[in-house]
Amino acid sequence: MSRPIPVPTPETAHFWEGTRAGELRLQRCADCDHVYFPPRPFCPGCSSRAVAVFAASGRGALASYVISERPHPAFEGPYAIALVELEEGPRMMSNIVECPQTPEALVLDMPLQVTFETLSDEISLPLFRPADGEKS
Amino acid sequence: MSLPQVAVVGAAETTELGKVPGMSQLQLHADAALNAFADAGITARDIDGVATAGESPTAVAHYLGITPSWVDGTAVGGCSFMIHVRHALAALQTGQCKTVLITHGESGRSGIGRGGFRGNASSLQGQFETPYGPMGPPTMFTLPVLRFMKEYGLSHEQLAMVAVVQRQWAAMNPRATFRDPITVEDVLNSRMIAYPFHLLECCLVTDGGGALILTTADRADDFPQPPAYILGTGESVETPMISQMENLCSSRAFSVAGPRAMADAGISHADVDHLMIYDAFAHLPIYGLADLGFCERGDAGAFIAEGNTAPGGRLPTNTNGGGLSYMHSGMYGMYALQESVRQIRGNAPAQVGSCEVSVCLGVGGMFGASGCVVFGRQPR
Repeated sequence: MSRPIPVPTPETAHFWEGTRAGELRLQRCADCDHVYFPPRPFCPGCSSRAVAVFAASGRGALASYVISERPHPAFEGPYAIALVELEEGPRMMSNIVECPQTPEALVLDMPLQVTFETLSDEISLPLFRPADGEKS
Repeated sequence: MSLPQVAVVGAAETTELGKVPGMSQLQLHADAALNAFADAGITARDIDGVATAGESPTAVAHYLGITPSWVDGTAVGGCSFMIHVRHALAALQTGQCKTVLITHGESGRSGIGRGGFRGNASSLQGQFETPYGPMGPPTMFTLPVLRFMKEYGLSHEQLAMVAVVQRQWAAMNPRATFRDPITVEDVLNSRMIAYPFHLLECCLVTDGGGALILTTADRADDFPQPPAYILGTGESVETPMISQMENLCSSRAFSVAGPRAMADAGISHADVDHLMIYDAFAHLPIYGLADLGFCERGDAGAFIAEGNTAPGGRLPTNTNGGGLSYMHSGMYGMYALQESVRQIRGNAPAQVGSCEVSVCLGVGGMFGASGCVVFGRQPR
């Protein structure tokens, strides 16, 4: 059983096209420079419609998490549900892969790098792994 | 021109709380409403305003036989009832209606006659949260707390103390679901649900309901119970996505709704005799104390652990035992309101003495919304 698969809307299509191409795409306001997530065709900071999509660095840090003990059909054993603070500012939910799912291994503020898991022809899901050079 | 004052003149919970498989969710609304009618000495014929969440006001009004001239179906989670009080206040003050009924009923445990929850894979949550495996509130509402622990030095033991203290209150309440004393060790040794949250740091899941009746102060003396005056109210919403909270260590909705309610009431922190902070999980009273300004953010865990909110403490909080020990149907806000009214009336099982001012802070969704009501034994 796989993860629940996201269904894009017109406003989020560019994000999922990006993950399919191996890019984490964010949006930046041309008027106030605000970088934001989740996607929408206007700036939540100043209401401007003059926004542009750009490829983010894919770097971030572990902001917070829980380790769920509840059974989930897509996960084996306890798994971390994480909040990742992206280098560009926005925060997103994700999972941390290539890392033991324990409080000892999951250290707040550890540097992370995006990676993508293919769920379907259309959807690749952004996940994060410890950044290169970090012990996992 | 000063607006008329408004008071709660009827308040009651369902006859039974806990496991009530013999009642549908709609009947839980009605059972609470009938008990509130009896408390106020009225019938459905006297009601001309209806507010509810969980069921539609249409369903509740028709089921009870009410023809309302004012309705409010604001449904932003467990604090909806605090917000209904705020909206009813404005409606009563401006003469849109004369007597408002607010109901809650939820078959949270038994699931009798309860609508199903269907996720939508194209919603923002469906696209950007659900794929990562959150399994309901215990794995989502809890997400910010490790950040709070790192930023403000909150310890696992202090978090556990929230549950310990609330059990002390519950021990005095015959209607509380769990009444046996617990220790920090009991909490930390209870089953892990979602690290760092153990079973005893998560709310109960029960059936039940409650109802309030409000009217203007000029009519309040016509009712048999002492009125609980509405001194101030506040409301706000932040985000439906826990991952998008502005600040993982503070609820923006709390910090809008709470201070607004206290300012409207014209009270300071020192005036507060009794406090309710919706506790779906153990960290909520810690966030609430800080966002209401009762203590510094870094001191909130110690404030509770040192007994300030416990029986005999200077700020009695969650005196019914809270969602952690009393009951939690899903949308707990109504029970927090009921306890504030009991304390103002002076008939709570764990009465805090003469209670002149009670502050009742609710949360909706997972830090998604908030409503706050300040009650007084005397009008403003």
